[in-house]
Parts: sequence; structure tokens; C-alpha cells
Amino acid sequence: MTQIKTIALKEFKDYFISPIAYIVISLFLIVSGWFFFSTFFIFGRADLRDFFSLLPITFSFFIPAITMRLFAEEKNVGTYETLLTMPVSFTQIALGKFLAATAFTAAMLLPTLSYPLFIATIGSVDPGPVIGGYIGAVLLAGAYCSMGLFASALTRNQIIAFIIGSALCFTLTILDRMLFFIPERLVPLVEYMGANAHFMNISKGIIDSRDIFYFASVVFVFIFSTYIVMKEKN
Amino acid sequence: MIDVQNLTKYYNDFCAVDGISLTIQPGEILGLLGPNGAGKTTTLRMLTGYYPPSSGSIRVKGLEMPRDTLKIKSLIGYLPESAPLYHNMLVYDYLDYVARLKGMTDPSAKESRFRELVKLCGLSAIMSKPIATLSKGLKQRVGIAHAMMTDPEILILDEPTSGLDPNQIAEIRDIIRGIGKEKTIIFSTHILSEAEATCDRIAIINKGKKVADDSTANLKQGARQASFIRLTLQGTDEIRAIERLRAMDPDLNIASAGNRDGVCLEIRCPENKDIRPDLYLNIKETDWIITELSRESQALEQIFQELTQEGASA
Repeated sequence: MTQIKTIALKEFKDYFISPIAYIVISLFLIVSGWFFFSTFFIFGRADLRDFFSLLPITFSFFIPAITMRLFAEEKNVGTYETLLTMPVSFTQIALGKFLAATAFTAAMLLPTLSYPLFIATIGSVDPGPVIGGYIGAVLLAGAYCSMGLFASALTRNQIIAFIIGSALCFTLTILDRMLFFIPERLVPLVEYMGANAHFMNISKGIIDSRDIFYFASVVFVFIFSTYIVMKEKN
Repeated sequence: MIDVQNLTKYYNDFCAVDGISLTIQPGEILGLLGPNGAGKTTTLRMLTGYYPPSSGSIRVKGLEMPRDTLKIKSLIGYLPESAPLYHNMLVYDYLDYVARLKGMTDPSAKESRFRELVKLCGLSAIMSKPIATLSKGLKQRVGIAHAMMTDPEILILDEPTSGLDPNQIAEIRDIIRGIGKEKTIIFSTHILSEAEATCDRIAIINKGKKVADDSTANLKQGARQASFIRLTLQGTDEIRAIERLRAMDPDLNIASAGNRDGVCLEIRCPENKDIRPDLYLNIKETDWIITELSRESQALEQIFQELTQEGASA
């Protein structure tokens, strides 16, 4: 447990030592802020629905950019060897890096808390969907971080890790909008696999154990795949 | 301490390490010698648990891989080739991170260990510098401090002096010899003089196979047996010189070594006798001038070349 904490803390600090954190956070705030406020005053609704509905798409590009370095950089520089020859297990490494990326995404979401505060001054906000939305956002971030982590473990090239990660996240995001391409019998299964519907449920303020279970299983599947890749790639 | 049996590693169908067996006693400094691409790094990577071997067994202090890999990792301090470090961290932060990962949680024990390492590896001036700004030799020292963090019983160093200037090499060697008094050390190198100067025992690897494994003294002994005498004469020609020497002792094996500042001869004598006094007395009777008369042992270098080239042709 202490090992996981050590790795997570180190990786989390790393984001803020290098310029990555500042670039990614400011870009994310510009993009999500612009998308949200460009239509906010037209509809005149005091909620964050538009902000949350765009989050899966923005996340599928921003999160792989956050996770791409986790393994690829270590492999490229050679520190992967020093890391693996210390008394830490593969699982501890994967979990530590996963937690760091998820925590960083949560930190990236922190400034957006000013949106509901700002909206609350000009209208009455229903706190349920806002709280649910942020819980859902962190769960979604966890799921996407695990996919980005997996993509990073596959290669020593950060650009490839980013592209694979985005492809995975984007697929999960748009899966439930692609249902008309899919044989009828598979529709319920594919619909369940898409991340969007589960996220939307939670961001409506309905915290259902089935949706939480969905995100937890995505995280589990991809961290386990990361573990297998780490084991087999040597 | 370490017992390796029939260690083999395949990369797809390329055999990088082919059935290497080694036994290393506690307190021994073993040099793993071989040309580039011989399998030194792969062997060390398997010993440290970074690569799983394709076949063969590794036992360290009665623990066996892969079952106790994690425990073995905590017994070993490892410096990978070219000491990869996190460039964006400060030296202190890096060492602190390593200490935590290696399970040193007690802050006072950690601080005192840091002080020892700073002294041993000469890090005092760079503790608060970013690793990216360090020179190669300094990075190497940080790497050694990393490997020795928990005062491990076994140290594995992969080419610890490669790419350093002669002063830095001497410093790193001093560090190795300093810690080698009580620790078991395995280090790889392709520089012979280095292995000769620091190791108790040398194992030579070529094309994934072990071609020699003996104490440094024994290997050198073997080398001395093939010694020869170099004689350079002025005021004569080659034919006359050889004739005179043959007349002195018909068993001598005399070869010409070119005509550089006079007649240059390489003389090998049976039973490896030192015949320099006889030669001198013999030539003193003529009016020839001796400009060089020296006994040269076939250096370790040559054994290395022979062994590693034999392997190549086999």
C-alpha cells in the first residue's frame, strides 16, 4: 500500500514539475469553458447539463494526453528498468500510476467548480445533478485513465500511446451512437458497453450501483490488461 | 550466495544467453567480461529479475526465482547500463523516492543513510540540483547511490564506467573497491584493465556462452605462460642475428617482428625460461647494439581476443 502511495505521489508531482499540467489544464478549461458558455445564455437554463454532456468527448482527447507518458516515457528513458528492479510488484506500479492520473484529472476538474458557483448567483441550481455530475466525471476519468494507462504500457512511443488511448476512449464514448450498424441481437450488449449512457445516468443525479459497477469493471479490465502487458512485454 | 544454473534467454528465435552457469561466493567481486552484444546485460537483467529467463534457474541466498522475485529484488542493488534516472527530479527527491520504494520508512534511518551515501558517492554538492543538469559521471554516482540505498548484500552494476573520462573511471573504481570489501558485487564491462584492476574473479562471455571463468590471478598466470622476449638490435642484419641466436640455443623459436630502428625479433623459448641474461652476454661479445630487450607477457587482452574469437568461429 505504501508503495502504491509512493508511486502515485511521485507521478502526480511529476505532472506539476513539467509544463504538461499547466498546458493540459488551461487547454481543457478553454475548450470546455467555451463549449459550455457559448450556448449557456441562449438556452437560459441554470444547470450544467451541457458541460457534462460534452465531457466524455473532451475527456477522450485530454485524458490520453495525460496518461501517454506514464509508461512510454519510462520505457524510452530506461527508468522502467530501474523501477522494475526495485521491490515493487507490477500491480503496485500500475495502480500507483492509475491513481496519479485519475487524481490529476480530478484536479483538472476543480477549477470548473466555479461554473456551478457562478450559475448559482444568477439562478437557482439543482444541486443533485451537479454533485452527481462531478461524481460521474471522476468515475469516467478513472475509466478513461485506465484505458490510457493500458495504451501507454503497449509502447515506448508517447505519440502512439496517445493515439491508441484516444481511439479506445473515443470508441467507448461513441459506442451507443453507433448502434444502427450493429446486429440487432448484439444491441443491448453494445449499448451497455458504451460509457456515455452510464455517465449520463449519474450526471442526472441518479447514482445507480449498476453504473458504478460498470465504471469499476472498465477500470479493472484495463488495469488487469496493463498488468498482463507488463508481464508479457519483458 | 548466488547460484545460476543453465541460464538461457531467447529473444524470439535469437539466443542471447546460452546455458550460463555461475556460482558467486559472498564477498566476491565478479567481473562479467565480453565483447559488445555478448549477453552481459541480458544475463544481469535476468539476475535482477527484470527479464524472466527462457530456461534455467536462479537462486539467491536460498530464494528461488520466479517464486521469490520480489524478495530477491530487495536483496539486490542494481545499476542499469548508463544509469537511467528521472530527469525532471532533484537528486534529493529522487533518492527519497527510491528510499520509499525500497521500503525505508523510518525518517531518521533514512536521513543517516543519505548522509552515508552522500559521503561515499560524493554527492554533497549536487543534492539540490535537477538530475537533467548533471554530467554523465555525476549521474552514474547518483545511480550507484540508488543501487546502494538499502545497503544491499548484492550489488549488480552494468558497465558502471562506460562513457566516463579517466578521472571519473578511477573514482567509480575506488567506490566499487571500497564497497566490495564487504559486499558481493557483479559488474559487467568490456574494458579488460578495469576487470583486472577491480575483480577477484572474471567470467568471460561470448555469443551468450561462458568461455572462461577463473580468478583474476589464475587468468593472468595463464597469460604469462605465453610470454616472449622482444629484442631489437642495431649494427647487424636479420640473417646474421638469427644465425647467432640459433647457435646459442637451437630450441629457440625466433620470429621477425619487422625492421623498426634496426632488427626486431620476437623470441619464444621452450618452458618459458627467462633467457635475457644469456642473450645479453652473448650479444655483448659482438659490436651490435641492443636498443631493446624486454620480456612481454601475452596480456589478458590477447586471451580475451583468442577466447572471444574462437567462439565466433566455432
